[in-house]
Amino acid sequence: MTPTNPVIVISAGDNVATALEALEPGRALGRDAGAVVVRDAIPRGHKVALARIPPGAAVIKYGSSIGVATEEILPGAHVHTHNVSSARGRGDLAAARAQPASAGRLAEPDNGRDA
Amino acid sequence: MTARPMPTFEGFRRPDGRVGVRNHLLVVPTVICSSVVSERVAAAVAPIGTALPHTAGCGQLGPDMQLTHETLAAYCAHPNVGAVIVMALGCEQVVAQHLAEAARAAGKRAHILAIQSEGGTIRATEKAIALARELAAELERAPREVCDVSELILSVKCGGSDYTSGLASNPALGRVADRLVDLGGAAVLGEVAEIMGAEHLLAARAPNADTAVRLLRVINRVESEAMALGLDIRGTQPSPGNIRGGLTTIEEKSLGATHKGGERTPLADVVPYSARITRKGLTVMDTPGLDVESVTGMVGGGAQAVVFTTGLGTPTGNPIAPVIKITGNARTAVSMRDNIDLDVSGVLDARETLDEAAARLFDEVIAVCSGRQTAAERLAFREFAIHRRNPTI
Repeated sequence: MTPTNPVIVISAGDNVATALEALEPGRALGRDAGAVVVRDAIPRGHKVALARIPPGAAVIKYGSSIGVATEEILPGAHVHTHNVSSARGRGDLAAARAQPASAGRLAEPDNGRDA
Repeated sequence: MTARPMPTFEGFRRPDGRVGVRNHLLVVPTVICSSVVSERVAAAVAPIGTALPHTAGCGQLGPDMQLTHETLAAYCAHPNVGAVIVMALGCEQVVAQHLAEAARAAGKRAHILAIQSEGGTIRATEKAIALARELAAELERAPREVCDVSELILSVKCGGSDYTSGLASNPALGRVADRLVDLGGAAVLGEVAEIMGAEHLLAARAPNADTAVRLLRVINRVESEAMALGLDIRGTQPSPGNIRGGLTTIEEKSLGATHKGGERTPLADVVPYSARITRKGLTVMDTPGLDVESVTGMVGGGAQAVVFTTGLGTPTGNPIAPVIKITGNARTAVSMRDNIDLDVSGVLDARETLDEAAARLFDEVIAVCSGRQTAAERLAFREFAIHRRNPTI
């Protein structure tokens, strides 16, 4: 990591990097982040894709899978709950297989702070 | 690392051979009904006096009743405790004598007062406070002695995690755990739901297949329980705050969280909630992720001090063990400075290396174990919650 680089790639082989500051679309990342150009606004602490991740493929951080892409993720895209799904503890999927009518999700509480 | 301190601290050597880092008078209610009286008695001799207010002790079925007994008894025998007053009501399930015996077996003075036998709460409180003053005066005179860090069991914990936890505070804490184990000490990691997704890394550090299998069995059980509810654990794991902080899945949270158990320390043991930690190296304890229940269990297992990493900031303390808060988030270090002991955010903007941050944290652990007050102690955060698995009847 260099001070000028706004992202950190934790392990070689990761296909996402973590933004150390908020990134605007069009921002070019350094060579160690694959010279990717940012496509979406990335909040500080969130992840940006370093490579194309096809739907169903593993998202890799810390050198391990942190879940699977639920849609095609392009280099420079914001990678978060809207396009990545956990593969663990998914009782909802098991329940949906048993009974296809899925219940609505509760709204996520805000509790008055920005992360 | 430069200028390594001598690996000793100033602690309290107990008759049973264990070493404490605090010398508390513990006022233990057997049951929720004597909890308020216990808090009033402890408050009269604070901060040396500390209570274990809880909501259990009656109406509990087999395994939960046993867990309540074992956890309270573990605190009575804990090396950070110098003497014990058991506050009973008189008609409850928890056996006061059992708790007093646990303290006496560890060489501590222990007394039982029952509210119903003492003639009501006013008389019981007055009598207990008089006794507490006498015991506290004795404990205050006890000197600290030089003890080797190999006597320490350090609980490693994270809460209110964000992206900085996996990048700075957890790896810094992991280096401290590795170093402590190198010096002959031990570390304990709880929150097994937050190992889900990183269990392959810990299992690879088990010295034999049996230990690895016991780890995987505990994690499979937690995952099966979540699955059986038919829910997506997302929203609970990671929490809403974790998600706003940039953590997307439990796997990502776990991979960051597991760093705090060290990078190379062998996985020595896997133990049930609040069970005595007996092995050097890293022990995984079967606790929930809920901060207070988790810390309560690990201290019950014998951890004398806790290092708690946080991204967003949290007040959590413990009645008998110091809880050291560290953050890798520069904003939290300022906005929650009342609650934070150590800022390691320099790791993220190259003001310091992880090794330098770990060296500062190690020094802080030694200082706190020798008596330095933590933020949570200064602010009297002494949360205590015994895990339960079954309904109250």
